[in-house]
Amino acid sequence: MAWQQPMDGSHASGSKVAAADGPGTQRTQYPYVTGTSVIALKYKDGVIMACDTGASYGSTLRYKSVERIKAVGKHSLIGASGEFSDFQEILRYLDELTLSDHMWDDGNSLGPKEVHSYLTRVMYNRRNKFDPLWNSLVLGGVKKGPKGEEKYLGMVNMIGTHFEENHIATGFGNHLAIPILRAEWCEDMTFEEAVKLVEKCLLVLLYRDRSSINKFQIAKITTEGATIYPPYSLKTHWGFAAFENPSKGAVGSW
Amino acid sequence: MFRNQYDTDVTTWSPAGRLFQVEYAMEAVKQGSACVGLRSRTHAVLAAANKAASELSSHQRKVFRVADHAGVALAGLTADGRVLSRFLRSECINHAFVYDAPLPVSRLALRLADKAQVCTQRSWKRPYGVGLLVAGLDESGAHLYYNCPSGNYFEYQAFAIGSRSQAAKTFLERKFKGYDDYTPDQLIRDALSAIKETLQGEKLTSSNCTLAIVGRKDDGTVEPFEMIDAKRVQEIIDSMEAAEETPVAAAEPSSTQEEDKGTDAAPMDI
Repeated sequence: MAWQQPMDGSHASGSKVAAADGPGTQRTQYPYVTGTSVIALKYKDGVIMACDTGASYGSTLRYKSVERIKAVGKHSLIGASGEFSDFQEILRYLDELTLSDHMWDDGNSLGPKEVHSYLTRVMYNRRNKFDPLWNSLVLGGVKKGPKGEEKYLGMVNMIGTHFEENHIATGFGNHLAIPILRAEWCEDMTFEEAVKLVEKCLLVLLYRDRSSINKFQIAKITTEGATIYPPYSLKTHWGFAAFENPSKGAVGSW
Repeated sequence: MFRNQYDTDVTTWSPAGRLFQVEYAMEAVKQGSACVGLRSRTHAVLAAANKAASELSSHQRKVFRVADHAGVALAGLTADGRVLSRFLRSECINHAFVYDAPLPVSRLALRLADKAQVCTQRSWKRPYGVGLLVAGLDESGAHLYYNCPSGNYFEYQAFAIGSRSQAAKTFLERKFKGYDDYTPDQLIRDALSAIKETLQGEKLTSSNCTLAIVGRKDDGTVEPFEMIDAKRVQEIIDSMEAAEETPVAAAEPSSTQEEDKGTDAAPMDI
């Protein structure tokens, strides 16, 4: 962006020409490189978040080692689905925010609620200019408040819709993972229980979402800080009778 | 301070490296009626001595709520103070809108200081003629800042500004070391005592002082910035005066007992 950027985050307000469609300009029509679902849930020590490490280019599974969950400041994690370049841009805004917050060194720090609120303002403002950041963002974290540790989990999407919940999923996860989470989530799960539940959802997504790949990352955020675990794969089962001899009895042209 | 050839505008330095217009603005603060602020780890209290232009008029408003978690007491040109209070309120509201959280007090004080500094470096402006005691609460506890017309600001455990504030400062200097652990009630009492010092003999009543407090209780709930109503202030003043009298009353029964033991001075009726 070539113009001067004021410090209050208003630079995140995007393309100036989005409102007036002059020659050579266009409103954002569709995303190009996209990440698929992110799922997250609150557990005993904090928040756990997981997604696959793939980024698609239309129907091609183009990039296979993409980190779609990042730590924000000391207290939060952000996960994104949708246009990956917009996520990278959001990470830059958050970087600026958290850096200046850190440099204050005054005993105050941005918690997940503040980051979520900031992102909501940015996303909604961009949508109003018809120049959205084409993402669904999941924001989770834990912060010690005056009433003790407060876990936070929320999401905001490209049109600025935002809410907080005990479990969140984006994209296909809304349809495939949320029903499982609603049935099986409970308060204060242990880390192991939470991982098991998350893996159950990830597996369903792997089977049924064509843009997911079998390489996942799980991340957690607790009062100790953020941990993003190295990528790993889940065991899948394809030994169904219908898959044996798939061409048996098929009508061929020769 | 005397008139000199370097004091005409704020953008002229004196050979001694002073900006006289800024210093004159700080004089305006010293002419205003006194304000006192003090804080513990969890609460901050502001008190102001009310001055009325005449018996017929109401007194000047010197304590303003800036947000639920912060407020200011000012001394000097009250009109300038009102404008700055409006600015502070606007900053707090904007921050709360974007971040859904209260603006930390140190950052509020900084924005105010930066605004004041601008007026010390433009030939077409003048410094704000008001000093502000900014008191507030954020996640690192209760804070008190003093912002002066020069654009400087400092954090204080306790401070007093305005006319005869030195008397209040002397009183506070004696006691401030224990303030961290003071209860809100103790803070209020000391604030009132400090204001009393600036009244120089005039009786302290709820009509010549304003009191405000902000803080967080032990259970974590926030007590938002609020002016304490006059009736309650009068009750506290009355109980402070009663407490001053009781040590004297306690002395009387013991002196009648000692009479019998003989060696003390004879009773007063001789």
